[in-house]
Amino acid sequence: MAAEIGQFTLIIALCLAITQSVIPLIGAYKNNFSWMAVGRTTASGQFLFLIISFICLTYCFVTNDFSVLYVANNSNTLLPVYYQISAVWGAHEGSLLLWVLCLAGWGYAVSIFSRSLPEDVVARVLAVMGMVSIGFLSFTLLTSNPFERLFPAAIEGRDLNPLLQDPGLVIHPPMLYMGYVGFSVAFAFAIAALLSGKLDSAWVRWSRPWANIAWVFLTIGIALGSWWAYHELGWGGWWFWDPVENASFMPWLVGTALIHSLAVTEKRSTFKSWTVLLSILAFSLSLLGTFLVRSGVLVSVHSFASDPERGVYILAFLAVVVGGSLTLYAWRATQFSSGGRFDMVSKETMLLINNVLLVVAMLTILIGTLYPLFLDALGLPKLSVGPPYFSAVFVPLMLPLVVLMGIGPLAKWRRVPIKELFNKLKILLVLGVVLGIVMPLAIYRDTTVMTAVGIAAGAWAILTSVFAITRLIAKRDSSTSVTKALSKIPRAMYGMVIAHIGIGLFIFGVVFTSAFSDQKEISVKFGEQIELAGYTFNLKSVGSVQGPNYQAMRGTVDVHKDGEFVTNLYPEKRIYTVQQNPMTEPGIDTGWFRDLYVSLGEAVSENEWGFRIYYRPFVQWIWIGCLFMSIGGVLGAMDKRYRTLTKTSKQTTQTRLSTPVTPT
Amino acid sequence: MKILLTIIICLALSVGASASFITVAPEYEERYEKLLSELRCLVCQNQTVAESPAGLADDFRIEVKEMLERGATDEEILTFMSERYGDFILYNPPVKARTYLLWVGPFVLLVGGILIVIMLVRKRATNIPRNELTEQDKQRLQSLLGDEDKK
Amino acid sequence: MIRFLIPAFIFIVLMGFLFVGLYKDPSLVPSPLIGKPVPTFAASTLKNPEKIITNKDLQGKYALVNVWATWCAACKQEHAALMYLAEQLQVPIYGLNYKDDRGSAIDWLNRYGDPYIANIFDENGRIGIDFGVYGAPETFLIDAEGIIHHKLVGVMTPAIWEEQFLPKINQIISPPTVSMN
Repeated sequence: MAAEIGQFTLIIALCLAITQSVIPLIGAYKNNFSWMAVGRTTASGQFLFLIISFICLTYCFVTNDFSVLYVANNSNTLLPVYYQISAVWGAHEGSLLLWVLCLAGWGYAVSIFSRSLPEDVVARVLAVMGMVSIGFLSFTLLTSNPFERLFPAAIEGRDLNPLLQDPGLVIHPPMLYMGYVGFSVAFAFAIAALLSGKLDSAWVRWSRPWANIAWVFLTIGIALGSWWAYHELGWGGWWFWDPVENASFMPWLVGTALIHSLAVTEKRSTFKSWTVLLSILAFSLSLLGTFLVRSGVLVSVHSFASDPERGVYILAFLAVVVGGSLTLYAWRATQFSSGGRFDMVSKETMLLINNVLLVVAMLTILIGTLYPLFLDALGLPKLSVGPPYFSAVFVPLMLPLVVLMGIGPLAKWRRVPIKELFNKLKILLVLGVVLGIVMPLAIYRDTTVMTAVGIAAGAWAILTSVFAITRLIAKRDSSTSVTKALSKIPRAMYGMVIAHIGIGLFIFGVVFTSAFSDQKEISVKFGEQIELAGYTFNLKSVGSVQGPNYQAMRGTVDVHKDGEFVTNLYPEKRIYTVQQNPMTEPGIDTGWFRDLYVSLGEAVSENEWGFRIYYRPFVQWIWIGCLFMSIGGVLGAMDKRYRTLTKTSKQTTQTRLSTPVTPT
Repeated sequence: MKILLTIIICLALSVGASASFITVAPEYEERYEKLLSELRCLVCQNQTVAESPAGLADDFRIEVKEMLERGATDEEILTFMSERYGDFILYNPPVKARTYLLWVGPFVLLVGGILIVIMLVRKRATNIPRNELTEQDKQRLQSLLGDEDKK
Repeated sequence: MIRFLIPAFIFIVLMGFLFVGLYKDPSLVPSPLIGKPVPTFAASTLKNPEKIITNKDLQGKYALVNVWATWCAACKQEHAALMYLAEQLQVPIYGLNYKDDRGSAIDWLNRYGDPYIANIFDENGRIGIDFGVYGAPETFLIDAEGIIHHKLVGVMTPAIWEEQFLPKINQIISPPTVSMN
């Protein structure tokens, strides 16, 4: 029964989405307020029905309803309840349901938080989101129905893929999808602006916090994915430039460019057409990512079942949404006014270069990811594009970006007195370079040019960000106290500073981990001691352990440093009962400055086992950096400015409502 | 349904794989590890040979090890592999006519992007009249906006 | 106007490639050995360890070299097809017994039938590497000079024989030959 209700509510949601994308749009053209208001109602309705649908699927999982094909394929009675719930989005069909739920959630949020915006804008925005919703809901219903029945019902489920039975993967997909789908809001604002032909920069102010929040979700989603790979795959890596990672990284890069260009467009009302293009691109790349992951056109670690029918559907949808938007863009973007004047050396130029670097980085990843496909399609010999290529090309693009990131926040709009700026920054520059040279030498007594450059870049990012705040404090009146001055700094400023510090921490993590990691792959007898990076690892024993739905061999490893006990590690090798897949569950000792990481290999003999031991310095800083970026993004979206805006624009709406409306 | 299929297949393979450990003499270790991390395992196609538990990866390890011991250069070893398995096995795509776009593309895009910025900025810096606000304008604006900025 | 059309134009090109890509198998690794001679090797034959077989022994107007092993489930699947090719159509097939145990391989041939003229016994897979083998079963088509004309990765079936092998064989030896049905 639950499955039928789920499917039925899914169909209702589709009907509502169709209404949402047609009626408000007509209303906006005819200036009919009751028609425009339909957008809000249908958006809430769609969200409500999708929640019901989602709960129905979850219910089928929790009650082990193996007459539902999707449940039978991805769950099992022995699966712990929290994994039964996360199994809802563990495979293609259910993850699509989560996707449309997220989309409806964003639509609902827009309908709630946009009370102050002009009705016609809200109507157009919701209509565009409704159109996106139609695409994905019909995709789900037509090609990937999670509620399909299995007859006769299975007696037992085939269990959730063991790799997905990890806390990281419980929250990674929801976060990632919230990010992907979140860009649909900025996209809808941009399309609404193009549709209405009102190409002032008001819509920029409205869409800015939305873009920020979507970016935060995407940042967290990607970080969790990488954290999961580190914890679950057992070889101590955190980023592999796999197509699926690239698919999420491309919208992130463009999203980053977008939140910066939105700032310029809001403050200086320049780059309008460019900002519109970025809004379209960020969401288009999210859709492209969906296509790449779900169509099987690329070899990836994380591809869903590839099915040409699904691939063709998403491709057609992509053609309509992206092709349509880009055509609309080409038609309307010429009408944007060009905005104010600025000099060669100015904040505007710096942000423009920031955008160029980020977009070129995105295009590089796009070319690298799709190059094998290009060659194959042209019938040329195949090749692989892997980590060596991406690091070789990506790092040189990011370095100037970090340098610029230090200068930009201190630069002024319109024009920057170069000499003054240089005078402010020269001490920090010297300090950064010194730190870059000294830190690796002091900690590891070793360095390379690349390491020094990397650390200098990280230090520079942090120093300049901190300086941006201290400078504001130093400039306060003598009468105001430091705390008062701190409290007067806008949240957006704090957001930016914290996010930029996050970049610095992230760089530290990446550079130290790649430069000073150490590892050993060896076979060890019980009681034998292995030295790695100053630590002594001692394999005591390997014993058998029974988990809820798996059987494991668990090793016990003592770690000592300079004769002192550090920690015990328990790496496991699990065999999941149903799918019979061996999984490594590394034993990790996490620390501020290093991780010790042990994964169990194969038994060589009764008391000798294969082992991989990793020493990973500063690796946690990678995710700490991402956390900082996310916090920064949230603060940016919470800036007072957006609440002030609520008041002022409410007034304008009211005046508009009270005066006779003349068709434009 | 088949998420992470590749990894599953590969992990399944590791059950059958022998637990042999291939160790190289310390003087080759660095090159050995670097070479393995640049070779793609063709069974578990999203892993490097260094990471892959597949039996074929073990064969590649032995091959690389023995070639190193015979004094082969890195170049020779990579050529040896690509002669047999095609460029598909190299994670670091070699520079050839058909990879020019791949290698040069990003830098062409970068230079193009920077040139566009320069052209655009020069246009902006000269063509648009300076319409900076006078002190009087600013005060008017301030009174119009209320004390919004001061909040 | 034109410059605003650039993104749409790039997108159309991209869509074209993605569409073609949908109908390609990204994990298939084409062999660089096509058009090149069979790698040189010298190994003992499967059935007689004393006897040495080399690349020069792969004789015939054309011949198949089939990579197989007893641990390979898919090899079992294609065995009947190979038997048919060898017995009914007199296709010369050489075996490359890949990373296998000699005893079990001989047992297998005794039990299910032996489609091979001779088998190269490649115990540690080194000859396999020279052939660019990455997953059994694989089947190579070579001509009288020992030049490789085609490589199949995966199970041989009558349909694949007709579609992929027969046209190539007809090129090698003109009068067109037998069909499998």
